[in-house]
Amino acid sequence: MAGDVILATSDVTMRFGGLAAVTDLSLAVRRGTIAGLIGPNGAGKTTCFNMITGFYKPTTGTIVFDGQEVTGLPPHKVCKAGIARTFQNIRLFGNETVLENVMIGRHLRQKTSWIDAVLFTPGYLREDKAMRAHCLELLAAVGLADAADEKASSLAYGAQRRLEIARALATEPSFLLLDEPAAGMNPQESEDLMGFVRTIRQDFDLTILLIEHDMKVVMGICEHIWVLDYGVTIAEGAPEAIRRDPKVILAYLGEEGGLHA
Amino acid sequence: MRRGQTVILNLVAVAALGGFLWLAEGNFDGYKIQILNLIAINIILALSLNLIYGFTGLFSLGHAGFMAIGAYICSILIMSPDQKDMLFLLEPAYDWVQNAHAPFLVAVLAGGLVAAAIGALVGFPLLRLGDDYLGIATLGFAEIIRVLANNFPRLTNGALGFKGIPDYANLWWNFGWCVVTLYVIVRLLKSNTGNVLKAIRDDEAAARAMGVNVFRYKLLSFTVGAFFAGVGGALLASLLTTIDPKMFLFTLTFNILMIVVAGGLGSLSGTVMAGIGITVLLEWLRVVENPVDLFGYELPGVPGMRMVVFSLALIMIILFRREGLMGMRELHWQSLFKVFSRGRA
Repeated sequence: MAGDVILATSDVTMRFGGLAAVTDLSLAVRRGTIAGLIGPNGAGKTTCFNMITGFYKPTTGTIVFDGQEVTGLPPHKVCKAGIARTFQNIRLFGNETVLENVMIGRHLRQKTSWIDAVLFTPGYLREDKAMRAHCLELLAAVGLADAADEKASSLAYGAQRRLEIARALATEPSFLLLDEPAAGMNPQESEDLMGFVRTIRQDFDLTILLIEHDMKVVMGICEHIWVLDYGVTIAEGAPEAIRRDPKVILAYLGEEGGLHA
Repeated sequence: MRRGQTVILNLVAVAALGGFLWLAEGNFDGYKIQILNLIAINIILALSLNLIYGFTGLFSLGHAGFMAIGAYICSILIMSPDQKDMLFLLEPAYDWVQNAHAPFLVAVLAGGLVAAAIGALVGFPLLRLGDDYLGIATLGFAEIIRVLANNFPRLTNGALGFKGIPDYANLWWNFGWCVVTLYVIVRLLKSNTGNVLKAIRDDEAAARAMGVNVFRYKLLSFTVGAFFAGVGGALLASLLTTIDPKMFLFTLTFNILMIVVAGGLGSLSGTVMAGIGITVLLEWLRVVENPVDLFGYELPGVPGMRMVVFSLALIMIILFRREGLMGMRELHWQSLFKVFSRGRA
C-alpha cells in the first residue's frame, strides 16, 4: 500500500476566540514519505501538530489517519492509533533515566499490569525483560545505548533530541511528527540529523511530517512541502517548486528575495 | 547487583526487623513499644501520601479523611455486638453496624478497601483539577468526612466516638502491614506503571503525547494511596483504642505531610527514615513542653510547644533544603555497600 494517503486533513480550521490560527488546512501525506510543514513564525505549524495529535480539537474539519477518523480524540488514543510526536521545546521526563524515558513510551504496548509486578508473575518478568531489551535496542538505534542509566536531564542537547525521538519510536508509531528537530543544531549536526531521519524512516517503516526552519534540512529531506502563512496554506508541492514559488518567497523570505539552500 | 542477591538481602533485612521486634517486645517498656508502633503506622501513612504527592505529583491533603474511613470501618468490625450495644448511647446503631463482626485482618482490609473505593469515587471529579485546586478540594473532602462522622450517630456514635476498641494492633501487625505497604509501593513504582506515574509528575503534556491515559493513572495512584491511608487509619484506631471525629483534623494530615516533605518528595527510603526520625522527635520534644528551671527562675511549660518547634523545622526544611533528606534519590543495597567499602579503604 506504499504511496497511498496515510494522513489526510480536510478543511481543518482552528480558531482561538477571534483568532483563526489555522484556516482550511488540507494536508494529504503519502505513506512512507518525509513531508515538511514550513512557514514564518506564528504561521500555525505547531497548532497543526497539536490538532493532529489530539491536544486541540479543531473548530471545523476532519482528520483521517490510516482510514480511521481521529478528529477530537484525546492524545493518548491518537498515540495508540499510531501517531507519535516530539516537541519544539524538548519535553523529556527529566528526573527519570534515559532508559525509563523510552520505557514510558513503551507502556502503551504493555500487556501486564503493576499487579503482576507485585505478584511477580512469570508473564510480567518475561515481558519486563523483553521490554527492557527492546528499549535498549531503540536507544542503540539512536546512539544512546551507553547513556541508558543516566538521568535524561543530564544529556547534551542533541542527545536529548534523539532521546525524544527514541521515546516516540517506543510507542510503535507508523506516523511520526517532528517539531523543529534541527533547532539549535550546527550545520554538521543538521547534516547528521538528515541522515538519521532517513534511517529511522527506513528501519521503522515510518511516514514523517516535520516542522523545520532550517531550509537546508527541509529542502534536503522533504519530498513534499506545505507552506503556511498566517494559518493559510499558500503553497504545496515538491521542494524545487516551493523554492521557486513567488508567493512563498514573498511571504517567507520576501526581503531577501530567495531561499538559501 | 543481581536480582537474586537483592531478594536475599531484602529477606535478611525483614528477618533482622523481626528479630529486633522480638527483642523489643520482651525488653522494652510500654512507652517505647508505643513509639515503635507509631513509627510503623506513620511510615505506612507517609508512604501512601508520597505515592500520591511525591511520585504522581497530586497535591492531596485528604489523608485524614481516608484514615478516618479506615479507622471507623475497622473499629465497627472488630468491636463485639455487646460492646457496641453499650457504646451507642446517643442513638442505637444501624442493625448492620450493630451486628457486623470480623477478624482483625479482614477488618483492616475492609477499612483499606472502603477508603480506596471512596478515594476512587471522589477522585473521579477531583483529579480533573490542577495542583492547588486539588489540594483545596481534597482538604474539603477530609473535612466533609469529619463532619459526616460527627453527624451520623447511628454509624459513628457522633461526637462521642468509639472507646474500648480491641487493641489487636501490636508490633507484629503494624510492622507486618508496614512491610507489606513498602513492598507493594516499591514494586508498583519499579514497574513501568511507576515510570508512567513519574512521567505524569514531570511533564503531563509529554506523558499524554506518549499515549498515557493521564486520568486513569492518576486515579490508580490516588486509589492505591487511599487504600494504604485507610489501612493506616484502621491500625491507628486499634492501637489507640479510642477514636472520635476531632482526631481527624487537618493536623493529622499535616504531620504526615511533614514526614513526606522532610524525607523527600519522591523518595521511599527518605520517607522511612523521616518516619522514624520525626515520630521519635515528636515524643522526645515533649521535653520542651515541661516547666524549665533557669537559674532559679521557673518558666512554666507551654502545651503544644513541640508543634511550634516542628512547624519551624518544616519552614527551615523548605527554606534551606527543599528536596528534603533524600530528594528523589533512593537508598539501595548497592549504595550502602559503596559507603561501607569506601569507609574501609
